[in-house]
Formats: sequence, structure tokens, C-alpha cells
Amino acid sequence: MSSLDPVTLAVIQSGLQQVCNEMDLAFVRSAFSPVISEALDRSDGIYHPENGDLISQGELGLPVFVGTMQFGTKCVIERAKNAKAGDVYIVNDPYLGGTHLMDVRFVKPFFYQGELFAWLANTGHWPDTGGSVPGGFSASATEVEQEGLRLPPVKLYKEGVIDKEILSIVLSNIRIADQRIGDIKAQAAALTVGEKRFEVLLERYGVQTVKQAIEELRERAAQQMRACINDIPDGEYNGSAFVDSDGVVDKPLEIKMKIRCEGTELYFDMSDSSPPCLGPMNSVIATTRSSIYLAMKHIFPDVPINAGTFDPLHIHDPKGTFLYAEYPRPVSGCAAEVSQRIAEAVFVALVEAIPNKLFAAPAGTSGNFCLGGVDPEKDRPYVMYVISGGGYGGSNFGDGISNGCSTIGISKTTPIEVMEQYYPVIFEEFSLHEGSGGAGKYRGGFGVNYKIRLQRGEARASMVMDHGRTGPLGVLGGANGGVNRVVISQNGVDYIPPHLSKDQDIEVNQNDTVRVSTPGGGGYGNPCERDISLVQSDVKRGYYTELQAEELFGVCIDKSGKANIVKTNKKRKILIENLEKPRDE
Amino acid sequence: MSRIVGVDVGGTFTDLIILDDETGTVKIAKVPSTPENQAFGVLSAITEGGVQPASIHTIVHGTTVTTNALLERKIAKCGLITTLGFRDSLELGRRTRPNPYGLTGSFECLIPRERRLEASERIGANGQIITALDENDVRKAAQRLLDMGVDSIVIHFLHSYVNDTNEKHAEQVVREIWPNDFITRGSAVMSEFREYERGTTAMINAAIQPVLDNYIKKLRNELKDRGYVHDLLVMQGNGGTVSSKLISETAVNTVMSGPASGVMAAAYTAKSAGYDNVITCDMGGTSCDVALIKNGIPQVSSELEIEYAMPIHVPMVDVRTIGAGGGSIAAITPAGLLEVGPESAGAVPGPICYGRGGVQPTITDANMLLGRLNPEIMANSDIGLDKIIDIFTKKISEPLGLNSPEEAAAAIIQIANTKMAGALRIVSLARGHDPRDFALFPFGGAGPLHAAALARELGIPKVLVPARPGITNAVGCVVADVRHDYVNTINKSLVEANMEEISAIFTEQETRGQETINAEGIEVEDIIIFHDIDMQFQGQTHILTVSVNKNITKRKLHDAFASAYWNRFAVELDEIRPVVVNLHTAVIGKRKQVELSNLMDIKMRTNRIEKAQTGARLVWFEGGRTETPIYNREAMPLETTLQGPAILEQSDTTVIMEPKDNMYTDIFGNIIMNIDTEITK
Repeated sequence: MSSLDPVTLAVIQSGLQQVCNEMDLAFVRSAFSPVISEALDRSDGIYHPENGDLISQGELGLPVFVGTMQFGTKCVIERAKNAKAGDVYIVNDPYLGGTHLMDVRFVKPFFYQGELFAWLANTGHWPDTGGSVPGGFSASATEVEQEGLRLPPVKLYKEGVIDKEILSIVLSNIRIADQRIGDIKAQAAALTVGEKRFEVLLERYGVQTVKQAIEELRERAAQQMRACINDIPDGEYNGSAFVDSDGVVDKPLEIKMKIRCEGTELYFDMSDSSPPCLGPMNSVIATTRSSIYLAMKHIFPDVPINAGTFDPLHIHDPKGTFLYAEYPRPVSGCAAEVSQRIAEAVFVALVEAIPNKLFAAPAGTSGNFCLGGVDPEKDRPYVMYVISGGGYGGSNFGDGISNGCSTIGISKTTPIEVMEQYYPVIFEEFSLHEGSGGAGKYRGGFGVNYKIRLQRGEARASMVMDHGRTGPLGVLGGANGGVNRVVISQNGVDYIPPHLSKDQDIEVNQNDTVRVSTPGGGGYGNPCERDISLVQSDVKRGYYTELQAEELFGVCIDKSGKANIVKTNKKRKILIENLEKPRDE
Repeated sequence: MSRIVGVDVGGTFTDLIILDDETGTVKIAKVPSTPENQAFGVLSAITEGGVQPASIHTIVHGTTVTTNALLERKIAKCGLITTLGFRDSLELGRRTRPNPYGLTGSFECLIPRERRLEASERIGANGQIITALDENDVRKAAQRLLDMGVDSIVIHFLHSYVNDTNEKHAEQVVREIWPNDFITRGSAVMSEFREYERGTTAMINAAIQPVLDNYIKKLRNELKDRGYVHDLLVMQGNGGTVSSKLISETAVNTVMSGPASGVMAAAYTAKSAGYDNVITCDMGGTSCDVALIKNGIPQVSSELEIEYAMPIHVPMVDVRTIGAGGGSIAAITPAGLLEVGPESAGAVPGPICYGRGGVQPTITDANMLLGRLNPEIMANSDIGLDKIIDIFTKKISEPLGLNSPEEAAAAIIQIANTKMAGALRIVSLARGHDPRDFALFPFGGAGPLHAAALARELGIPKVLVPARPGITNAVGCVVADVRHDYVNTINKSLVEANMEEISAIFTEQETRGQETINAEGIEVEDIIIFHDIDMQFQGQTHILTVSVNKNITKRKLHDAFASAYWNRFAVELDEIRPVVVNLHTAVIGKRKQVELSNLMDIKMRTNRIEKAQTGARLVWFEGGRTETPIYNREAMPLETTLQGPAILEQSDTTVIMEPKDNMYTDIFGNIIMNIDTEITK
């Protein structure tokens, strides 16, 4: 193959990127689901005509969809019979290269001059796809059927015309169906935008040149990822991360990550992880793989994304574990929670190898909380979702940020002023979770506290969160971040969910409150090496109490708010001597 | 009697333009900016312009004082009093991270936590008072902040956009003890829902208010001492001016003042030349600002984010910035791909050809290497073309396996153009406008170098190069009107909305604007009012803005929204109810029209195009070098045509006309290029 000149290559690369960015933009601006329009829980991309390999993806696509969409598209290609221009397949089957049922994929063949040139696809998180609880996050589901409507790839649009019969099946099986037509149209229209822009690109540069560029860009992404991996010393690295419970059996699930680095290749083995679980914390293989991809992209953010990026990452299928879920295992927690634990296991495994590039564990939970009931004033049922962030881990670059979004997401939370307009609740608090940042030379960021009071009527609360049992891991001597806590006050009596971070159908009556505190990030490096003036300012801001400053960082603050250097040096010496002992949050 | 001065303070230079209505003359001055106190630069520009301040009728000022203060965090010490339970909202934000990939990066709230205090009070979502304000809490908090040495204060309560009783009450209490006027009330800056965005906008206002006030006072005094007796007008981010007496109340409005004035100048110039639909491209040393003007009016947006997690939700000219400027550095990525920007060589060391120690290949150097810029600018340094060729060979053409450094330079230009074209597509195509229906209006020092290629890439048939591309922002100051914007949140479905109430709110916003203009005492010839409504379909969170008249009926509003939605997204949604979200009113006081035809010195002008030619050199265009005539643009006669290729040089920029294009100069001295768009189709 004669090599393409670097200019054409760079121009086509940004051209492909722009096609995807415009699909992203059209989708997000016209979507109805706030999960899509505000939380940006969606992604758009271009895929190889025969094998579905990722060619290009929008810059602001949800990270966890990076890898999954190519598996999903591949499954559609294998099943698609007689695809025609204007057809759009709809599919949400988790076991066919998906995540959970709420992530609904639209896949469209793209023809140019009569030839199938590529597939355009997007995924959007719908607020509901049926199932036993509103929103789909049933913490106690034991079969996928309880989680919602499962769609194999079927043509929702046939040559540009929507199939009203399939549409009516979909709409008859989901909640708040009236607004979904808006999302369906937005999701399909985004693919049409992509089609138009892609045509212009092909007209300009020609089919052969674009094809060649796609091949070459793939090679080069692989080359860049390999160059990054080459900087990791050869050897075997281990890391573990724990999911609090599966929501049904109150027992932690372990991800045992073994990473072997050989030259420019990485081998991932998770086969010693916990077996499949009864509750919804199983992960389908597409999501498991994608979680490793996105973890590597977080570590090496400059590597462009296409199928080539993943060539040097060799993932052994973890059959027989909860990370390789097969029908009918329930999977609603895989995209939101398990994926983040997988990424966490990658981070903590590699931190020994490349400490300068890595960070301590981030809060790593989407913090899904859902309240559903009937508002007696409006005489209308409602489903309110709250997602929340937590602290990020400290790193060689500095302290972690507070209230960062989930590892797998790029979401914005809904403003309190908007939620109070829609739902019969009042927020009494939205504050920084003091003390939750794991102590370290560079401390973790802080989680948040929020407290909701039900104003009228009665409702039921459900939640799928994590890190209730152990905080996000600190590294290189740093302490763990603070844990996730949920307290529901029912008629003045506090109820704490038995699994701490997962529960469903909790009764909430008028004037009852729900208070959630989210995890802080892990600390990086020995807290006794933290700059004294930074600890002083942390105390001044109320991030830590004076006692915590002394116990965690060895910094003694006197009455004037200044650090006492003599006492501090003494205290730090004692702490360093005790360093070998594990520290609890 | 009328002498108007526009003065724009940019990052490197302070530009000044003096229009004299009586004599019809135009004077221009350019002096280095003085970042420590911008007033020095302003005053020396006036001196340089050779006019006595006493003889000036109006001075309009575009300033970057607030932008710089904010970006460099050289801000006032401010404090916050907010609703009990919510003092951390402004630090916690809305849960994102600085970049989609990579879990590092930081965010510092403009007001640190110890200066964010709370008071017991609560308004509900419908405006009901759930908890009355505890005056004592407010008094104690304000006193504590004073004890901490706080200068300016923000009062920001939940749901104050629907009921501002508690907020106003707290303001009264604070005023009793607060020693200055630096009190910012959230809903007074912006009466719109979303607590983080409203609160941050108010916080930014408070953080820069004392800085701006101090600066403006100093400048006013200096001008007064020199005999200037009239009011000083200040340019705002919405593209309108406001009296300097009022500006510090809403300091946040000046944050994007610079880019806005450039776009205003473009709108004015293009309209006079007969072009109502224009895409502007302001390319300077480090970045490129792109905006869209439809029917002579720049598009305005209220959703700007000035940096990570710093939203400013006041109406501002919708400018999209990308990191491609003359100083943008070209480099090869680890994947072996050529990349241009966003890293920039800045003003120092700058491009290689500036001879200030730059050693990285930049866009400007690429233009130099291709013969597009005049090599004489290197005459006074020890840098020669050979040095540039050497660097381009070693850093770009050899590693990439290209045949020559020229190919490398051409590649850099093309990649930069692709990036800019992407930004132009986002402001046009992605918002439902076809770029082929627009003219391209390049300005800034580097805009006219790239305009022809950009236009071709996008299929834009015309390029309009103004007389003075390098001082467009200063021109914007002299042509801009007085402008005040107001917004109120309604958030009701169209079915439930009371159209009389909407009309009444519009009337109230209009009255506020007119009263403000009267209070300013600026001479205006006419007052024009625009009303817009932000709408969405029930359940959506993003909005689409439609222009309306204030007594619009429900039916008409419904149709206007449906058609705007169709134009933007090609989706029809009869099934879902539209919602009226925000009501906007812009009150514009038209200032006297100014004459721009004398922007170029008439004395320089010759009567035949041949006389304007200064020479010729080999310039690289696609396919190789071509002998290309060089013209002194200022010497070119009006209403003349010319066939490409040609290079037009003038003191503030260089204009490139490519081989297949042609151009003519209009009666105002603008250049209108006809672009051969055959290859883009």
C-alpha cells in the first residue's frame, strides 16, 4: 500500500472526527432524556462495514461506550439481513455487545455510491425501558427479564420510514413513553446528520483515499498506544477492587486484575475474580473489555481512539466470573458500577509501574438514586433520579478534584432549582463531604452530601451506588477516601440500608428525609509529606478538623490557625514510624 | 464638532481610531499595551493619535481588564452569603471533570470556603416563602466577612429568580453596614434558574467589580485631568456599549468585550457593503475567534463557559474560539501525525521569523517560507529564510518523509485551515445555517492570509476583507450601539402560559432598558427593541431561542418554535408540548452612524492599479511556486478589479488572493474576493 501523505491523513482524521462531533451535538441538543441532554450519557461513531471496528468516535461521547459500540455494531452486522439505505436498527440486548438495557443503540448502514461504506451508530441512555423498577436499576433483580424490555436488532426504520408496529411494542413496555418519541427521533436524526457530513467528506477526497486513510489511522493509533506501553517496565502487576455487594447477597465481589507487560503489549487476566452473582452486578464481556479500554485511555489521554488503539491490549475472556455474564444474568449495575471497579483495578495495578502518570482511586460510583411516587398536588406519577459525583484521587499533578463525575461518564448533575420544580421534594443541603478526601502528599478530592425531604405524598426509594464498605483506594502510602453513606430517616427513625450502597423499594413518607454522602478520592503518597501550609489552608477551609490534621497529616494547628512546626515535626516522626500499620478510614 | 475615539486594549497592542465627522478624517494609532495599568496604554494611544482629549466628543473603550483579572486570578477578595445548607454549591459545581479523559486537573472556586457563609432563609420552587430571612444571620455573616477584609460581597439565594424578596431584604441589611457599593445580588445580575450558573455569574461579577471600578475611575480621572469632559463609554460582551458610570454594577458584562467589538465592527462594515449574512474569523497570534452574523445581527448566546466550570450566563456575542493563530506551533504526535496548535509561541519568543528567539515552526513561519509574507520583516534580525528552512526540514519534513520544507509548510497551513473550517462549520452548519449563503469576513493580523483557502474549503463564494483588518476591534468601539439585556424565567408550558403576563414582562424589561439609557445620558438617535423567547419541548433541558414581537399569540409562538426546531434538527414533534422558558429583551440605543470610507489614508491612494504594484515574488500555491505580483493595498484605487494570484500588503495585515480567484475594491475600500468554489462543489 502506497503510503498516504501526512496532510491528507491529518485532514481526513479531523474530518471523520467532525462527522462524529456533529452527530454528538445534534443528539444532545435535541434529546429529551436528561440522562442524554445533561448527563451526556450517549455516544456517536463510525464503524467498519464488515467487522464493525471503530473508525471514529465523537470527542464528547460517554467513555464507557468507547469499546462497547464496536462489539454491538458487530453483532448487528452478523444478524442484519438485506440492510438498505435509510434502515435504522434498534437494539439494547446486553449480551449482544451491550451494556445494560437502558443503553439503546441505533445502528444505520451508510451507503455511498451504492456501496456499503460504513455503519453509523449511536447509543443513548433512556430513562426507562420497563422492568420491575422505574429507571431500570433494580438492586434485587435476579434475571434480565426483571430489568426491562430486551430488544434484539430489529429495523425500527425501514428505508427512512418508522415502523409503527415495532414502535408501539416499544412504547407499550416502557414508562413515560410519551417523551420517548422525542428521543427516538433525535437519535435517528443525529445519524442522518452524520450521513450528510460523511457524504461531503467522501465527495471531497474520494472513496479510495478515505478508505486508505482509515486503515492508516488505525495503524497509527496502535503505534501510539504501543509507544505509551513501551514506557511501562516489563513485569506483572496486580490490583484488586471490590464491589460492595451484588444487591441480593450481602457479600463483596472481587475483581482480581493481573496485568502482564511485555514490551509494547499488555495482557489482562481477571480469571480469579468472583464467580457470577445472583444480583445485577454482573458485567457482560463487551462492558468488561470497554472498562479496560477506558481505563487505559484515562492513563494515556493523548492516544486517539479507533479500533487500533486497542490492538496492543490483550484481554483474556474471564469466563466463569461475574465479569463474563451470560443470559439470563441480571446486568443493570455493569455500566454504572462494575465498570468503574474494573477501571479502578487497572489503576491500582499499574500505579506501582508508572507512579508519575497515575492517580489514586477516584470515587468511582455513579451514585444512582431514584425516588418514585405520586405527587398528590399534581395527581401525577413521577420518577426522580439523582446522580452524584465524588472526589478524585490525588496524583503527582496535585490534589484530586471534589465532586468529579463517574470514571465512565462525563455527566452534569441536574440543578436543584430544576428538581424542585418537577418533584415534590425540597433539598435541605448540598455540601462538601468534609474529611472524605483520602489523606496523602496529594490528598483526594471530596465527595458531596445531599439531603432531600419529601414534601407531600408517599414514595419509594431505590439506589445503586458503591464504595459503602471500603473507600476508594489510596496509593503509595496515601489513605483511602471516605465511604459512601445513605441514611433514610423514616418518621424520625434512621434506616441504613443493610448493603450500605444498594437497596430498593424503601418506604418514604411525607417529611421523611434521605441523606446521601458520596465517597472522597484516595490519597497519593505519604500524608506526612504534604506541604504544611496546604494542610493549614485545608483546616481553615474546614475540609478537615484540627484533630484530623494531626492524626492524618501529622500537622498540629494551634489556636491562631497556624501550624506549630515543633509539634508537627514530632508528630510526623511518630506517624512515619507507624507507617507499616494499615490505616482505616 | 463630533470627534469619536474608539480604543481597544488587546493582549499585545492598544489600538486607537479617531473619526472626525467634520473633516472626514480618520486617524489610527497603535501602541504597546500596558498590562499593569491599561490606562497608560490608552492615554499614550490618544497622545500618539495627536488629539487633545478636550476636543474629543466621545471615547468608547474596549477593555480586557476584567478578562485578564479573571484568567490570571488577580481578583478582588470577595465573600458570599447564601441559603442555609448550600454554601458549597459554587465549589462543587455540577459534577464534571476538566477533560473527558484523564482523571487529573484542578478547580479553585473564586471564593474560598471560609468566606462562603450561610443565612437561614428558603424560597420554594413556586416562589412561596418557606422560611423567612433571618436578618441576624445576614448581619453576622456580613460583619464576619468585613472582619476578614472582604471587599465585595455576593448574595445568592435559591429560587431568587422567581421570588427575590429574601435576596433583596438581605441586600438591605448588608447595605446598612457595608462600606462600599460592591454588593452583587444573584438575581439582579441574571434572573434565570439554575443555581450554579446564576451564582457563578454573580460571583464573577463580584470578583472583578472592584478591579474594573478602580480601573475605570483612574482612567476617567486621567482623562478629566487632560480636559475630556464627556462620558466614557465601555464596550460589553453583548456587543453594545454602556456608560462607564454604570458599568461596574454589571462588571461581568465586560468579560468578552474584545471579541464582541470585533464582531460588531464586522456586522457594521459588512452591512454597509451590502452583506447581511457574514461569518467572521478573527485570527490573531494565539487563537482564532469565529462568529456568525445573520441579517446584520450577530448571534448572541447566554451559555458561555470562560474556562472549566466557569459559566457566564449573561447574553454575549456568540464567539467560538479555537487554538489556531499565527503563533500556533506545528509538531509531530507520537502517532506520527502532524498537529498544529493549540500550543502557541505567543508574543515572546514568537514565531522564528520574528527573531526573538523562537525555534518552533509556527503558522506564521509557514506563511513566510511559502513566500506569502514579506521577507523584509526579518531584515532587522539575524534570522533569515535559511534558518526557517533548516528548522522546518529537521522538525517536520524529514521526520514525516516529505520532499521539501515547502511541503511541510503547505501541510501546516492546510491542517490549520482544516481546524478553522471545523469551527466555522460548528457555528454555521451545526446550527442550521448553510455557509454557502454567507460571506466570510476575515480580520485580525492573520485572518486575511487564510480566508481564501477557508472559504474554498467551505464553499463560501465571497470573502470581504475590511479596510483595516488589524484594528477591527477598535472600529467596533466606534460603531457599536448602546445596549442593555434583560432576562426573566417563566418555565411554563405554552398551553398554561399567560400571554398577557409575557407581554407585561416584556414591557417591564423595555421600560428598564429605556430608563437605564436615559440615566446614562448618552446621545442616541433611536431606540430599538428586540424580544426573544427561549423555548423547549416538555422534558428537554436544552433550549432553542426564537425571536418574537411582544404581543405574539400562542398560535404564532407555537409555529415559530416548531419551524425553528425543524430548521435546526430536521425533527417534527407534534406529539409533545412546547415550554416557554426564558424571556429576553435587548434594548438598543442607536448611536449616530459613522462614516468608515476614510479608514484608509486617501493620500496614499493611486488612480491605477499598476501604480500600486510594489514588486513580485515567487509564492507557493497548491502545485508549486508562481510568480505573484505584490501590491501595496493602501495605494490601490477604489472600484478596481484584479485577477489572482496576488499578495496585497498593508501595515496591519497581508491579504492573499489565490490563482483562480478574483477581486474588486468597493467604494469603502473593502476588498470583495470571488472564490472559485468549483473544487468544493
